[in-house]
Amino acid sequence: MDRFTVYILPSIVVFIVLWGTFKGVKVFDCFIEGARDGMKTVVGLLPSLLALVLAVSMMRDSGALNSLVMALSPVAKALGIPREVMPLTVISPISGSGSLTVFENILKTYGVDSIAGRVASVIMGSTETTFYAITVYFGSVGIKRTRYTVPCALAADLTSYICSAWAVKMFFNVNI
Amino acid sequence: MMNYIWVGLMVFAFIAAAFQGNMQQLSNSVIQGGVDAVQLCITLMGSICLWGGLMRIAQQSGLTTVISRLLSPLLKIAFPGMDLSSHEAGAISMNITANLLGLGNAATPLGLEAMKHLQAHNPDTMTATNEMITFVVLNSAALHLIPSTVALLRQQFGAENPLDIMPASWLSSAAALTVGITLTKIFKRRVER
Repeated sequence: MDRFTVYILPSIVVFIVLWGTFKGVKVFDCFIEGARDGMKTVVGLLPSLLALVLAVSMMRDSGALNSLVMALSPVAKALGIPREVMPLTVISPISGSGSLTVFENILKTYGVDSIAGRVASVIMGSTETTFYAITVYFGSVGIKRTRYTVPCALAADLTSYICSAWAVKMFFNVNI
Repeated sequence: MMNYIWVGLMVFAFIAAAFQGNMQQLSNSVIQGGVDAVQLCITLMGSICLWGGLMRIAQQSGLTTVISRLLSPLLKIAFPGMDLSSHEAGAISMNITANLLGLGNAATPLGLEAMKHLQAHNPDTMTATNEMITFVVLNSAALHLIPSTVALLRQQFGAENPLDIMPASWLSSAAALTVGITLTKIFKRRVER
């Protein structure tokens, strides 16, 4: 598995550069031009990223996130999501590094091939950090009004949580 | 929407800290938050510049057009009426490819590239277009064919077969994607009426 996946990234980089050379593109100059534009993007990104990181770390350090997890536990049960995985579903839309920590904790505590470990793995593989994506993508081009993005994205997340539990039940033939 | 969520998170954090006696931690968190954001930006800067450069080569050599043609069935469903040879279609295709391969670090910079092109012909630069919303929803329910980060962690924790969760993961992201895209289409129709 390892041997194969480590090839992906370097192959893509070399492929793009080689393809460009064969097509007669001045790859070095072109790369620098594109990278320079990237600098502008990052500078534009900082304010919205700062706003998000601030709110998320306040939620984490104040203990509010833990309260939220506890408050939402009954909801998880009703939806068929294992209780052990609940913290992951709360943190996954708002913090990428946070959900990675919670994920590792679940693997450590309940075992990687347990039901909770598997459902958590499927959730990690099928969702992204929603609020991070919204903030970064819209923030980078200065969009203020996101209209119906948040409800649609959160509905997609919720679907993935419910489906993850359901799919693990189906593929591994277990009852949760 | 983001305005209310942001204020809500902070007020909730303050109240929770007051009740649970965590005000000192919250105070540290406010100071540390700014530092963390700048660090995150510096980390991102490397990958954004790297992929911005590679993206430019891919555009000029026509590679992005080839990839958008390969992904055209998906693009036609999600973004009806989009010109497949346009810069935005190219960048969106590259972003989807990076997601499919599980290259999270590449997907974000490529996605930002796509947003830039979408914004270039947005009549109201403060408001998200329907295409932008679809694109962001697509990214929040990312379809990974190879969930590399998860597989790596599963291996480290001694899974019998680290990749055995893949079919379940495909099913679950396909469902999330379907629900997300369908909802954006419903909202779009309602707005237009």
